Amino acid sequence: MILSKHTRESIYSLLEKVSDPEIPVLSVVDLGIIRNVIVTGPETVEVVITPTYTGCPAMDTIEKEIKELLLAQGLTAKVKTEISPPWTTDWMSETGKLKLEAYGIAPPAEATSDKSFITGRHKAVKCPHCKSFDTMVISQFGSTACKALYRCDTCLEVFDYFKCI
Amino acid sequence: MSRDQALIEYLIRLGDNALIIGQRLGEWCGHAHQLESDIALTNIALDNIGQCRLLLSEAGQIEGKNRTENDLAFFRDEKDFRNSLLVEQPNENFGHTILRQYFYDVFQFYLYSALKSSGNEFLSGFAAKSLKEVSYHRKLSSDWILRLGDGTSESHLKMVEALEYLWPFTFELFEMNEIDATLMAENWVPDLSEIEKKWLNEVEAHLSEATLEIPDTMGYKATGSRKGHHTEYLGFLLAEMQAVPRSMPGAKW
Repeated sequence: MILSKHTRESIYSLLEKVSDPEIPVLSVVDLGIIRNVIVTGPETVEVVITPTYTGCPAMDTIEKEIKELLLAQGLTAKVKTEISPPWTTDWMSETGKLKLEAYGIAPPAEATSDKSFITGRHKAVKCPHCKSFDTMVISQFGSTACKALYRCDTCLEVFDYFKCI
Repeated sequence: MSRDQALIEYLIRLGDNALIIGQRLGEWCGHAHQLESDIALTNIALDNIGQCRLLLSEAGQIEGKNRTENDLAFFRDEKDFRNSLLVEQPNENFGHTILRQYFYDVFQFYLYSALKSSGNEFLSGFAAKSLKEVSYHRKLSSDWILRLGDGTSESHLKMVEALEYLWPFTFELFEMNEIDATLMAENWVPDLSEIEKKWLNEVEAHLSEATLEIPDTMGYKATGSRKGHHTEYLGFLLAEMQAVPRSMPGAKW
């Protein structure tokens, strides 16, 4: 039994303050990249994170921010990166998806498990601006590794789509 | 050859492939025919560099001589690189780059699909993670093969030229040696001749849909990388990629 004023839950809520540097509206908790939090001692904690994409350049910054935030609470954090099981957009929280849409990025439209990407039958992506489903993909590769570029044929805006993996 | 030694060599083989194709694709930054292609090629480069970092870090850790991913990427010479000759070939034009990418993407797709069920925990976790990214790469390059092969007479001609150039380099992707034998005995890696069958099935059907014919190389197959014998292009690529860390070793941002 470790006597600490911090619990797994209290640390999770602290981590809500760490945001993805490329999509500041999302916290690392919303994004689903915090895989575990283990209170290892009265003033020590281990945080397990997983990258969205193998080459995601935001991981180093995220690790640094987690350590700094917890240090301000008197906690020394060890941040461990694990790649298995692989991150999936299914782990993004419902709040996270709403925040993304309000920010102008269409959230992942489907659970990856239905394999529609592989079979080529895409579910419609909703325009985050005018909410029309009359949208089309411009490119599967966008401004960051996790996004695709879409165009809305109703309001004619171009928008980012957080693609399913 | 010990199991660990074979695994280190295998990780370096996969890691060097990812590193060198990543560097080649990075050369397109700011030069593609449209912004979307520019962004796509550099995103694929980034995914490959990400893969390379995981693979070379793991190799360095198992080796236990304190060599980091950076030491392996920037302080080895040409003869120590184990990437396939295919990935070091110059970009030439967009069609040429896309064809090289297509061959590599389909290869990676089937290899990683098999490695997902590897008995080695790192390899299976790595493959499951990277396969998600590779599926997007393969979609992009196969779409372009159709558009360019079955496109205008100019684009078709460029693809025929690229195919003649690159086809002899494809055989080497599936070459096996003692490393493969050692790791296959552990059920850690697949038999590459099985991967080759799947690769060939897909590539033949797709090229034919793109109105492209596989050239007759009269038995010629490029080979050498498993022993560190490379084409003249790798040295120039490394010179550019390694210049900064070598002229200022230990420099930090």
